[in-house]
Amino acid sequence: MEAWFEGLKAQFHLNFIQGNRWRYLMEGLGNTLLITGLALVMGVAIGILIAIVRSSYDKTQMTAQRTPARRLFGALNGFCKVYLTVLRGTPVVVQLMIIYFVIFAWSDNGTMVAVLAFGLNSGAYVAEIVRGGIMSIDNGQFEAGRSLGFNYASTMRYIVIPQTFRNVLPSLMNEFIALLKETSVAGYVAVHDLTKGGDIIRSRTYSPFMPLIAVALIYLVLVMFFSWIVGKLERRLRSSDH
Amino acid sequence: MTTDAIISVKGLTKRFADGKVVALNGVDAEVRRGEVLVVIGPSGSGKSTFLRCLNLLEVPTSGTVTFEGVDITDKKVNINVHRQKMGMVFQLFNLFPNMTVMQNLTLAPRKLRHWSQKQAEERAMQLLQRVNLEGRAGAYPNQLSGGQKQRIAIVRALMMDPEVMLFDEPTSALDPEMVGEVLDVMKALAKAGMTMVVVTHEMGFAREVGDRVLFMDEGVVMEENTPAELFGNPQNPRTKEFLSKLL
Repeated sequence: MEAWFEGLKAQFHLNFIQGNRWRYLMEGLGNTLLITGLALVMGVAIGILIAIVRSSYDKTQMTAQRTPARRLFGALNGFCKVYLTVLRGTPVVVQLMIIYFVIFAWSDNGTMVAVLAFGLNSGAYVAEIVRGGIMSIDNGQFEAGRSLGFNYASTMRYIVIPQTFRNVLPSLMNEFIALLKETSVAGYVAVHDLTKGGDIIRSRTYSPFMPLIAVALIYLVLVMFFSWIVGKLERRLRSSDH
Repeated sequence: MTTDAIISVKGLTKRFADGKVVALNGVDAEVRRGEVLVVIGPSGSGKSTFLRCLNLLEVPTSGTVTFEGVDITDKKVNINVHRQKMGMVFQLFNLFPNMTVMQNLTLAPRKLRHWSQKQAEERAMQLLQRVNLEGRAGAYPNQLSGGQKQRIAIVRALMMDPEVMLFDEPTSALDPEMVGEVLDVMKALAKAGMTMVVVTHEMGFAREVGDRVLFMDEGVVMEENTPAELFGNPQNPRTKEFLSKLL
């Protein structure tokens, strides 16, 4: 027992203390959070835009006239549909590699490519979350806004979207948690994220146990922390909703 | 068309579901400034569709709606400007559930008429006093009873100082004991000279407050008269049949 414990201590020293190897994990953690955070901001922006295009197209389908503007809108809606199908229909790691090795082959800024790839991918999922949220708002809310004299965009902005936001906030936070774990494939394009940090240590020390368990634990703590925040948020939203 | 018509409707037609359902079939009508026009009729007669066409929440298939001399069915007209002068009250209130009563009331005047917060709140308190709800300014809609919600919804529409108020079955979703408080607010509004178009099943209100009554059925105006004449001496056989069923 004593020997086993001593062995563990030696392993810990080798993997984290010696040569300040813990820094690989910290640097990786920083990049993971940076990529996740920026990708989420980008994903939410793209998602809201697509959701507004898609739900506006559906909402106005009955009353629309066949004008050139409507046809342009139809084309935009079609583009959004293709975007959703492709981004949700292919693995994110493949998208990441295509963007890094094909589209931005001239750039070696892997972190920014990762932000772009995960942002574009997340946008597709956020779009469907937000669209569901918009469609779930009673049409009477929309009519109340229009009858007061708000135009379509202002009705969306002041009346529909704020209510949508409350409804979809928990789902958005869950998307953030999923995204946090998804970014672990960023190492494919030479980004030093948390997973890659653990893997670098493993390749130096030839001892996989400690670094990989440490990586897993850090992800787990992050996910548990954010899940706790989601839970708190949900309770607060529910209580202010009465 | 008489000169005092604030809204004038000509040949209004509305078809739904790819033209298979005809909700309105050539309605001609006018609303005169300062009057209370009550629209009655059986379910599916087109009376709600007629009301919703007046502010173009429902876009007519054909026909024109002229409001204060402007044909608002013209595609070039900015309907949002005209809607600000046409308040609307819905059967299901449609208050904004994520906002307090005060926020419900001040949103439109602040954003559309660029009132200051203070100015909007002062006006809101004045109007809330008129409906005896000044104590509920900080409440959320789901803390209010149905009758209170509808009175707030009326105040929300009044905040924009409309020229005409459109009521779409304002008491149909209320418990019976709350109908009176909403009708009282509407009566006071009528007495103050507001032009009102009211789609309702409240025949007592129509008789007491209405200046004119339209009886609609099958998407057309079957009969139009003063309440005393229409209820006391109906001419159209459909009107007679409808009124006899009520008693």
